[in-house]
Amino acid sequence: MFPRAFHYHRAGSLKEAATLLAQLGPEAKLLAGGQSLVPLMKLRFASPSHLVDLNFVPGAAYVKQDGGGLRVGALTCHADIEDSPAAAAIPILHDCAAGIADVQIRNRGTIGGSVAEADPSGDWAPVLLTLGADVRCLGPKGERMVPISEFVVDAYTSALADDELISEIIVHAPPKGSGGAYLAFKRSAPVYASASAAVRLAMEDGVCRDAAIVLGAVGLTPVQAIEAEAVLRNNQVTAKTIEAAAEAARAAADPQPDMRGSAEYKRQLVTALVKRALEVALKRARGEKVELGHIYA
Amino acid sequence: MPEPEQLVAVRVNVNGKEHKLQVEPRLLLVELLRENLDLTGTHVGCDTSYCGACTVLLNGRAVKSCTVLAVHADGGEVLTVEGLAKNGELHPIQKAFGDAYGLQCGYCTPGLLISTYQLLQQNSNPSEKDIRKAIAGNTCRCTGYQNVFKAIKAAAKGA
Repeated sequence: MFPRAFHYHRAGSLKEAATLLAQLGPEAKLLAGGQSLVPLMKLRFASPSHLVDLNFVPGAAYVKQDGGGLRVGALTCHADIEDSPAAAAIPILHDCAAGIADVQIRNRGTIGGSVAEADPSGDWAPVLLTLGADVRCLGPKGERMVPISEFVVDAYTSALADDELISEIIVHAPPKGSGGAYLAFKRSAPVYASASAAVRLAMEDGVCRDAAIVLGAVGLTPVQAIEAEAVLRNNQVTAKTIEAAAEAARAAADPQPDMRGSAEYKRQLVTALVKRALEVALKRARGEKVELGHIYA
Repeated sequence: MPEPEQLVAVRVNVNGKEHKLQVEPRLLLVELLRENLDLTGTHVGCDTSYCGACTVLLNGRAVKSCTVLAVHADGGEVLTVEGLAKNGELHPIQKAFGDAYGLQCGYCTPGLLISTYQLLQQNSNPSEKDIRKAIAGNTCRCTGYQNVFKAIKAAAKGA
């Protein structure tokens, strides 16, 4: 299979890429790692007239410590985040990066591309939502910061203007006593998750001061399970409250039946994933090291 | 009148040999290897980025060459299955796959060999879990993987 013919533009800098987007108009698309766009173009689901290639932009792939937080270059591939000692300090980032698709795809696919695509089944958005991350967007007229909660607008729709791109993802340091976890279930390694759960607990003297629970692949955008969060906030995190939060998360999920399973099956998955993710997040909040990864056959 | 086709210059080192080509931007890396360079050891299986039969190393990292544009190899290095054997001697990973019957029809084997190559470059003593994770993007419909695991363990010992 071949993509339809297109005009190829190799950007030398992110600024140049934004300028090219402004000149070429909405028929131009950005090409980062290409792990979603190239298959879409081969299947002719997407046929952009112009591609602006970011792969040769120097210095756009990095994971840098910044205070207790991180700055992640948009062109950083998942595998580099998986292997980054700086990213390992925030374990939920490793949970996500190390489990996306398979080795080959993690070697090419980028965090900026994944966030910009806003695929309802994408892994990064739910994780970044629990961390309150910011997206640095660059256009021909300058840059702006968009909170991830405002960045994801709808399925496959982001807050980016036609001539804007993501330059960087900013992950703020989680407060002391926090623990996060991301768990996804998928039918096999290379495919998108059937359902996923990203959670963060901020604990203080055995009481949960703040909780974030965001579900992936069970709605048109990531679903923030507000009532599940409320179950835990200012409460002790016990087997019983975890169970109650997982049930509330199940009620918040709005999955569509498809080849990955029926809606009821996916709701059941949500219950199990939220429960397990909360158990791990609690342990991590106490300082325990726990390994967690995507579950697949 | 249709617009003239755009061609992009690509300079790439494949298995130690320099090539200079003019390619259509939509040309896929796997097609550059198979059609332009006659390196047909790299296979196209699903052609949808699932099966991993087309796995090659691009700048030292395993990629699915059906989902990488040929222009992305510009200035880079590619290793395909043809580059594993040296001086008529099979690479130890190839020998291990043969000895352990880590293949049956052989269609997925070039991809599995390359994924194993990357794994052993990064980790000379992989656990069962490491091996499973490293080849999770390579589909084999014959072996059931058991002999593939044996082959990779044997290759790691020999490496």
